Parts: sequence; C-alpha cells; structure tokens
Amino acid sequence: MRVALFLTCVNDTLYPDTGKAVVKLLTRLGVDVDFPMAQTCCGQAHYNTGYRHEAEPLARHFAEVFGEYDAIVTPSGSCGAMVRELYPRMGERARAEGRGGALADVLAPVVPKTYELTEFLVDVLGVTDVGAYYPHKVTYHPTCHGLRGLGLGERPRRLLAAVKGLELVELPGAEECCGFGGTFALKNADVSAAMGADKVRNAESTGAEVLCAADNSCLMHIGGTMARLRTGMRPVHLAEILASTEEEPAV
Amino acid sequence: MSGTFVGMPAFPKAAHEAVGNATLRGNLRHATHTIRAKRARAVAEVPDWAELREAGKRIKDHTLRHLDRYLVQLEESVTAAGGTVHWAADADEANRIVADLVKATGEREVVKVKSMATQEIGLNEALEAEGIRAYETDLAELIVQLGKDRPSHILVPAIHRNRGEIRDIFARKMGAWGRPAPEGLTDTPAELAEAARLHLREKFLRAKVGISGANFMVAETGTLVVVESEGNGRMCLTLPETLISVVGIEKVVPTWRDLEVFLQTLPRSSTAERMNPYTSTWTGTTSEDGPREFHLVLLDNGRTDTLADEVGRQALRCIRCSACLNVCPVYERAGGHAYGSVYPGPIGAILSPQLRGTQSEIDASLPYASSLCGACYEVCPVAIDIPEVLVHLRERVAQGGEVTRDGNKVVLKPAKGHAAERAAMRAARWAFARPGALRAGQRLASRTRRLHPRSLPGPGRAWSEAREMPPVPAEPFRDWWQRTRGGTEEGK
Repeated sequence: MRVALFLTCVNDTLYPDTGKAVVKLLTRLGVDVDFPMAQTCCGQAHYNTGYRHEAEPLARHFAEVFGEYDAIVTPSGSCGAMVRELYPRMGERARAEGRGGALADVLAPVVPKTYELTEFLVDVLGVTDVGAYYPHKVTYHPTCHGLRGLGLGERPRRLLAAVKGLELVELPGAEECCGFGGTFALKNADVSAAMGADKVRNAESTGAEVLCAADNSCLMHIGGTMARLRTGMRPVHLAEILASTEEEPAV
Repeated sequence: MSGTFVGMPAFPKAAHEAVGNATLRGNLRHATHTIRAKRARAVAEVPDWAELREAGKRIKDHTLRHLDRYLVQLEESVTAAGGTVHWAADADEANRIVADLVKATGEREVVKVKSMATQEIGLNEALEAEGIRAYETDLAELIVQLGKDRPSHILVPAIHRNRGEIRDIFARKMGAWGRPAPEGLTDTPAELAEAARLHLREKFLRAKVGISGANFMVAETGTLVVVESEGNGRMCLTLPETLISVVGIEKVVPTWRDLEVFLQTLPRSSTAERMNPYTSTWTGTTSEDGPREFHLVLLDNGRTDTLADEVGRQALRCIRCSACLNVCPVYERAGGHAYGSVYPGPIGAILSPQLRGTQSEIDASLPYASSLCGACYEVCPVAIDIPEVLVHLRERVAQGGEVTRDGNKVVLKPAKGHAAERAAMRAARWAFARPGALRAGQRLASRTRRLHPRSLPGPGRAWSEAREMPPVPAEPFRDWWQRTRGGTEEGK
C-alpha cells in the first residue's frame, strides 16, 4: 500500500513536529509513508471564505499530487473534511454552472482515499493501542470538522485510552466549537475570542496539563488563548501523544 | 422587512457590545444551555428521529418544487371554506392589505398571536401609522412590546431578559397599555405570569379583530395551523369576529397527513415538548362559532427570489423551531439583536441576506457570523445545511454573481470592503499552486523568526489582541523531510 502524508500547509509551515510525529508513528506501525514534495494547500480557507473559484486550482493540484497513492493520511480533521465533503460539492457546483463534469472527474479519485489520521489508524490499520507512552493528565477537545464533518466519533478517545501512563479526563462542553473557524477568528474576533476563553476555562477546570486535539489550526487558537490567559496548560496534537514512547518521549 | 432594522451596523460591531455585556451573556448562556439540553433529551427519546427529519426535508422540498400548484390549490380550498385569499408581493403590500381590512371593520385595535411573518413586515408599526393599535398577546412578545424592545430569539423573543428585568417592565409599563401590574409584584414566575394573564384577559374579551401568522397551511383542505404553548393563540383565533392571517408562501404543505411529521419534530426541536400544548387548526369560517370573517394574506417578500437559488432555497424549509439558535456558540455570545433582523441566529444569517439581499452592511456581514462548526445543521429538524448556505452567501458577497431580485435575474458586483481580501486570496492561490513559492515563503518566515513582533499589524491585530502567535519553527517540515527522508537518514 502506497501511503502519502498530506500534512497541510499550516502544519508544514508552523507545526513540523506534528508531521514528524505522524511519520514516526506510522513507521513504527510498519507503514511506509511518503511525503510528496509538490503538496501545498487543499484550498479550505479559500473555499470557506467564499473564494470557491480560487480553491478549484488548488483542489486540482491536490488531486494531481496525491492521485497515485492508495491512501492519503492527514493529521487535520478540517482539511480532511475539505477533501472528503467539499471536493465532491465543488465538482457538483461546477457541473451546475454548466462547466461539465471535468472538475468532478478529476477530484473523484482522491475523495475516498483520504483519511484523517485516527480513521487511518482505527479503520485501515485496525489498531487502537499504538504502543504509546505519555505519562500526563490529558483532556480531549473534538474539533468540529472532525466531529460533525467526518464523524470521527470515539476513535480519538479510544486511541488515547490505550496510551500507557495517560490519564484521560472529560472536557466539559467538549463538543462546543473553540471559536477558531478560519477567517472567522479575524472577521469576528470578539466572538471568536469569547468562545476561545470559554473553551480554555472549561479545559482548566479539568485540572489536566494538556489539551489534546487532532487539528493544529484549532490548537493554534486554543493554545494562543491559553498563553494569553497564562493558564499553564499546553495544547498538544494527538499525533505527538501517539508517537511518544518510553524510549523516545515527546517533549 | 421591518424598517426597525434599517441602518444596522455590521455583525461584528453589533456583537462587540453584546460580548462585553456580562448580564446579557449570563442570561443567554443560562437560557440556551437549558433548552439545548432539554431538546437533546426530547429528541433522543424518538427512535425514528432520523427518518422523521428526512421525511420533513422531503415534504418541504417536494412542496417548494411545486409551490405554484399547491398555492393555487390552497387558495381554492380556503375560498371554498368561506375565507378570502389576498396575495402580497412585499411587506408594503401586505401591510396595506391588513390595514385596509382592519379599517373596514371600523375597529381601532387588534390582538395578535405571536407571528414571525408580521414582524418581518413590520406590521405593528404600519398599523400604528394608520391609527390602529396592535396588542401582542404572547408573554414574551408582550415583554418586548411593553419594554419598547426588539425580539432577540424566534421562539423566546425576550430571552435576553431575566426575571428582575421583566418585573420592572411590567410594573412600569403595563398601566399605559391597559390593566396595570398588581401592587408589590415580585419576580417569581407564577406572579409574573398571573400579571400578564390579567392584563391580557381584558384585551381578549374586548377585541373584535385578531391577527395571526401560521406554522402550516394545508393545501388540500385549506386548513391553517398555529402551534403555541400559552393558549393566547387559541383566544385570538376564536374570540374575535374577524381573523386575518399573514403567512409566508413557503408554509404550505400538501396534505393534512404531512402534519404528522412536523407536529412530532417541531415541538421537540423548539420547546423540547413531546406534544405541543395548544395546536389550533381552522378551516375557513363556520356560521355557529368563531370568527365570521377570515382573511389569508399570502406573503412573498423575497421568498420566490430565494426559491430561484439552487443552494440557498433550502432555507425555505425552515419551520422556525429555533433549535439552531439554541445550539449556536456565536448566537450565545453575540445575542439576537446583533443579527439585525427578526430572524436571528444561524437561520437568520442565511435567511435575511436572501430575503433582503446582500446590499446593506448588516446583510453583507451575516454570512460571516459563523465559525462553520456545523452544530446548527446537526440539530435542524428539516436538515437545512446552514454552513453550506453560509459559504454560498459568502461567495455572493465576496465575488458577486447572478441572483434573482423581484423576479428578475441581476448580476451583483462584489460587496465593498473585500478588495484586499480578494487580492490576498488570489496571491495565496498563486503561491500554493507553486510548491517552490510556498517553500520560499516558509524559509523567509523561518529565517526571520526572531524578528517577528508579538502583536500583528493590520488585519492580524484581530488575532493578536486576544491570542498569542504560534512561534515559527526553525525549519518547515518539508525541509526536514528533504534533509532526512523522514528521519531515516538523520543528520545527512
């Protein structure tokens, strides 16, 4: 099976440790993972801000770069949802606009092959205990596009529950949005910040050291809010926890 | 729509005040979280909820597809049952029809059942201008009317008020509108409800004209349905001699049997009731009882234009349950008034810019009043994909394009204030289409990382005012990958 890491532009640029963690984790599980160097951005920010036509060439580029692989794995619920949910919709919209089925045909092959990391682990590899060790108290925030878009369900929690040394505590109001929302964080900064502060207060109330999620864009917002409010809590991507072992602990 | 909202500031500005108002946020948080939890329990009890949701969606889609036919059938049925049907293309026409009908009775006051359509057209203000006083009889609408306030929720219009505020409004204002509040009124719910009951009772018994909306209209029988939970609606619909109902054209359903679906999904979604307390149905007039005259004013007011839009038309499925408001994290913080419309919350953010167009500042900002978290879609009992429509409307605002206004196809220009964003999106697309350009940008960011300021200039300030920036790493992932082939050749 040829497996490609679709890291996302945000992770590539700002969170290389998450990418390294995915590579380490998948390699440990016997997966030969490749990082196609031509990958850039899935077009989610363009699409969700109302620039669908600007997102189209990026989606085509994605399909070209990843088309030859058997599986495409991404450590981002929202970018995964972009490919799985919104690429088909982009194709349909182009058809409805009288531009024929060309875009839909180009995008169709990558849609079913794209997996969010926890889906790939649980559904494709069939593992929940990935042999990780992480001796910390952790609370888990299910991000919206993973939860409601992809329907990740209990997969992340099952993976976390199998991590040795990890104490998982429930986050009150877990399913409420953290307030990031891409350009929403800038366009409606007051509401976004209020949502972020509420999320952080809920996280603090658990007494956990670490807030874990499977999407770094949400963690950038939550972590940025934690730092500003000086909570002492840390945001950590799920992949970094799952990659951590007794021999090679995550920092 | 109502003139009350003309000149509203854009959503972020209107929300700014609400976010800073601790009392308001407390009221909203308490109310929305309570009703949210109750709804979830009421829905979880129904084993075939998913099927009911799908059925509701399909009935509405089918009806909307054949709206021309069902509306004509409805007109025939209502007429055959002794009612009179009027067609109103917009708010002004509807208001004129209602005012003329009231004046023809010689009456100067009317009692009203809670109705979104009459609020949408600003009927109370239009009647006031004609010297006719409209009394709201729904408890929360009464609070809003007495307090010279605006509704902030579709179902619970005074949700932004707490008990203490309501007591003060009753004590100060009831006297000017009719029977004053009892001496020594406290803020206990039973006392407040009793004060409203006494105040309203004299209005029910005196009124000769009632005005309502309707939740559903049945085409095959000409029956109208009002779903309410206080009994004030039943009073207004049965006691007056003349009944005038103003109803949006999308409220028609083909058959009586279709109500079976919505009378299960609406109460559970809105008030978390298993069965609705007061469901009134009436078909034309009867000689023995109830109103002698019945008028139905069918309201378009932007609905046909909305129907012409393939993506946006799903908003017309809405049955006004408010579940999307109660679950929305943005509504919870911004409050209903920030939406500048009688339709607040997620559904308002897709309905108002379609019914009114996206030209005004508030309407152009509403599609962005969402983090696209999807909670609204999840709870919607007719499966309106609100995030999909929001993104569709963002495209209309940012890029312009073809829309239908007053039945004509027009091409909209992009809204003002999006030029810089448009340029940035285009530049980002250009860079992302070239991995080399992306890499050059990443390397530049990494090399200069010690020079980055903690607070950002320009639009970035919106980020750094409330949040720290993430540190830029020493090298992007792709450089590490190329250097080490994924860690297999470390140090190379």
